[in-house]
Amino acid sequence: MAEAPPTARQTGVVSPAAAILTDAEAGAAPRGDVWRRFRKNRLAVAGLVVIVIMVLGAVFAPLVTFFSPNELGPTSRAKPSLQHWFGTDVLGRDLFTRIVYGARVSLKIGILAVLIAVAIGVVVGAVTGFYGGVLDGLLMRMTDIFLSFPYILAAIVIITVVGRGERSVILVLGLLGWMPIARLFRASVLQAKEAEYIDAARAVGCSNFQIISGHILPNAIQPVIVYGTIFVGTAVLTEAALSFLGAGVTEPSPAWGLMVNQGRSYLFTSPHLLFFPGAAILVTVMAFVFVGDGLRDALDPRLR
Amino acid sequence: MAGYIFRRTLLTVPVVWGAVTLLFLVFFVIPGDPVQVLAGEKAVSPQVQANLEAKFGIDKPWYVQYEKYWVRLAHGDLGESYRSSRSVNTILGSTAPASLRLAFWAIIAQVVIGIATGLVSAVKRYSFIDAMTTVGTTMLVAIPAFVLGYVLIYMFGVYTFQHSFPAWAKFPVQGIGPNRWGLFVIPLGDQWRYLLMPTMTLASVNTAVVARMTRGSMLEVMRADYMRTAEAGGLTRRTVILKHGLKNAMIPVVTLLGLNLAEMIGAAILTETVFNWPGIGSSIATAITFLDAPIVLGLSLVLVLTYVLINLIVDLSYGFFDPRIRYGGAER
Repeated sequence: MAEAPPTARQTGVVSPAAAILTDAEAGAAPRGDVWRRFRKNRLAVAGLVVIVIMVLGAVFAPLVTFFSPNELGPTSRAKPSLQHWFGTDVLGRDLFTRIVYGARVSLKIGILAVLIAVAIGVVVGAVTGFYGGVLDGLLMRMTDIFLSFPYILAAIVIITVVGRGERSVILVLGLLGWMPIARLFRASVLQAKEAEYIDAARAVGCSNFQIISGHILPNAIQPVIVYGTIFVGTAVLTEAALSFLGAGVTEPSPAWGLMVNQGRSYLFTSPHLLFFPGAAILVTVMAFVFVGDGLRDALDPRLR
Repeated sequence: MAGYIFRRTLLTVPVVWGAVTLLFLVFFVIPGDPVQVLAGEKAVSPQVQANLEAKFGIDKPWYVQYEKYWVRLAHGDLGESYRSSRSVNTILGSTAPASLRLAFWAIIAQVVIGIATGLVSAVKRYSFIDAMTTVGTTMLVAIPAFVLGYVLIYMFGVYTFQHSFPAWAKFPVQGIGPNRWGLFVIPLGDQWRYLLMPTMTLASVNTAVVARMTRGSMLEVMRADYMRTAEAGGLTRRTVILKHGLKNAMIPVVTLLGLNLAEMIGAAILTETVFNWPGIGSSIATAITFLDAPIVLGLSLVLVLTYVLINLIVDLSYGFFDPRIRYGGAER
């Protein structure tokens, strides 16, 4: 921060505002402090490690396992062994491979859905929070209506009509998920708007857009980051539930929820068909919740 | 107080209108062809297509359909299945009692177990029980209802049968058992054995949420001055915690119970599917697999309206318990 090379923005008229901004940022937690506090929380670190391993496994899936996720094998529902770590499913496909590839499906849907939700939520929250007025009232009533729908029920209804598939699930989860983020971000914009450095920025002639994107956003985004992290876990969970119910991803995708659904008929003889993908969902969701909780405590120690 | 009730009730009007309209939009404007659902893979002649469209009323322009939809709802007609001639009302009549029974016991479980656990864990902070509560509640929140359900089914419906356990450890794991019509009756005889595992599955997430909330709120309250005053005045610690502490700590928990309902509706669909519980949720799940949109939408509407109504009641009772809410509202 201190050694940043001087740019055109830092010369001339803008420099007083830049100086004030630095002061304001000194009040917030510096990066190093956040990491130091995050590191102390063992559960959060464990969650982060799990997420990193999963992302690497999902990206380099062909290097992690020797099978292909849809490669049929001779033995149906084989028990876990050295060759098939998690056994095989009804069609003889290697279960470990399918769970590794299933991480691709889950993480892709979870992360993309949350990115959509955060993008819409932040824009709507910023505009309504900053300008207020009629638009603000309208948005709040609209979110009231949408929030009166239980999330998963709304997703089921829309997907039943629009059709199943990965893309529908991403869009539906994203488009239904932005409202809490808009409310959260609106609240923190309202708070940040009152700060003195905003007056300072306005005094030196920053435009509304510059004030929102350059000054309010960095100071108001923290709750959204925390919520977004936990929301990835929620989205993974919801996707699994939708796929389990038949309103999500379809065959032959190795989605975990779908695998649980296929495994339930064989619970009596081959419980591993259901328990391995079930455990994968559990571990993933917990990892994101732990990291989200850890981030919240690290970003804002006053909450503790 | 009357003003508060009136204003809060008035607020539900746009919410109900919006919910009904949204369901209408989803159903009618977004392309989805019921004729194709009925016909499946078979080719449909133009005449049959036209007849079927006329039967479901989807040949009319949207505003005519919208009006008809409201008229239909106003008469209490929730729609008719594309596949069979069963109406949503019939399905609702035969499944609502089962769902209500399950929901009732799940709410009892989450209130009793959740508050008790949260209370103990707050009073004995940093103890072994407290640590176990923290870990346990986190796991319960993250475990999907359908996975937990199957774990329970495997433990008490498969494993205990395979390993000659005593009879009390063997549970029936599918269906509602004898007498599916009784509502909240104290489960007699074998009834509770059918009820226990679905209730635990449905209540799992919310029990954890209530326990955490009670713990947090209780810790907050225990720092309050009036607690110290009460104890200094010579009351026993037990009386102070239960009478002064718990009572005040319950205010945020009451609101939470209303909000929990949204979670419960989603969890109920999964739980009922897992346990073959003949309720509204499993009917929705069956309708999804057949892409039977009128059933999904009709039953969803009932659930959404129930949710809105219960939240209204919770908000009103909250205003009743906490005067700040109603006066705060009146000033605006």
